[in-house]
Amino acid sequence: MANTKEVRKQIASIKSTQKITSAMEMVAASKIKKTQNEMQLGRPYSEKIKEVISHIANSSSEYSHPFYEHRETKRACFLVVSSDKGLCGGLNINLFKQVISKSAELNAQGIESNFALIGLKAASFFKSVGGDVVANVQKLGDKPDPDALIGLTKTVLDLHRNGEIDQVYLCGNGFVNTMTQEPKVEQLIPLPAEEKDELTATHWDYIYEPEAQDLLEGLMTRYIESLIYHAVIENSACEQAAKMLAMKNATENAGDLIKELELLYNNVRQAAITQELSEIVGGAAAV
Amino acid sequence: MSTIKVSIVSSSEEIYSGEGTMVFATGSLGEIGIAPGHTPLLTGLAPGPVRVQNGDDEKTFFCSGGFIEIQPDLVTFLSDRAERAESMDEAEAIKSQELAEKNMQDKESELDYTKAAAQLAEAAARIKTIQKLRKNK
Repeated sequence: MANTKEVRKQIASIKSTQKITSAMEMVAASKIKKTQNEMQLGRPYSEKIKEVISHIANSSSEYSHPFYEHRETKRACFLVVSSDKGLCGGLNINLFKQVISKSAELNAQGIESNFALIGLKAASFFKSVGGDVVANVQKLGDKPDPDALIGLTKTVLDLHRNGEIDQVYLCGNGFVNTMTQEPKVEQLIPLPAEEKDELTATHWDYIYEPEAQDLLEGLMTRYIESLIYHAVIENSACEQAAKMLAMKNATENAGDLIKELELLYNNVRQAAITQELSEIVGGAAAV
Repeated sequence: MSTIKVSIVSSSEEIYSGEGTMVFATGSLGEIGIAPGHTPLLTGLAPGPVRVQNGDDEKTFFCSGGFIEIQPDLVTFLSDRAERAESMDEAEAIKSQELAEKNMQDKESELDYTKAAAQLAEAAARIKTIQKLRKNK
């Protein structure tokens, strides 16, 4: 049987772990608020740009953008948004599982896939799994900067423009509430066709200044960028929520473990006392 | 008086949403004035001030590059960065202009040069906005 000193040491080490996990839980809880706030602040822009894009889709535009064009698919690109840090439960791995299964599904149809990764976790996962990684951004921090995503977006869009990829999927966690996050794999390109409004059935078109093509090209790029940025922000809110939950569970588990160990400690201590007593009594009887 | 619905949004927040009787902005091909009932127009937004008039009331905002969408009853500014002109600091703006000029002089590569030029244009537009605002007061 273990001796008291060993058990005491174990209890002390679990207690210090518990302190760390409970501190991390509190940090995550305060960060949730911030990330959710950021999600809210970014919403008007994504709503407005969506509105503008749907207006354009509704107009009888002189120029149709390649992002709407459905072409024969040979290669698809998965844009995977993950967190930089771990300790957030199954958040990342659940997403990766879905990405892998979707990629296998496409593979069965003869479509190859490659990956553009955001976040350290995705980078290390796809390094170990092995996949064709075309672009990678990491260490965006708690306050992701839209500028940091431009390079990655450009790489992916250029590949699409050159015809090297025909479809793009955006994969990230969707924030349902603090308890629930949902991994999502959504088709980004080709963009789903907008439904035509009844009201705008009449033919009208914008005046474009300067050329329609340049303007729409820029606007579409901004639209895709804003979608990706939103996914990153949402994923970071998910990360904090999942982290809070994981750390809460860890703190509770540590508490249970400490209780069990304390029981064991008392048993060991009592056994030692009983043994000593019986030795003394045995000794006295012998005299 | 008829009004037009104005919304100015940047990627990180909503700057302004409300009605206006007349809106002035800098498009990529020059200054434009937007009155209610404007024909649908889609254009680039150059860094510069955006003025929203509502009757006698006038508000000024600073927008960096982006897009303007105009419909007869609404106008939307999609700015990469926008801020209320009142909150802008002239010293800050001049400092960033100096930095941009310095960057342009010791240009190392083509990429840095274009970046510096964009920075300079933005800083100049910022200063213009502040000065315009001062004149109005």
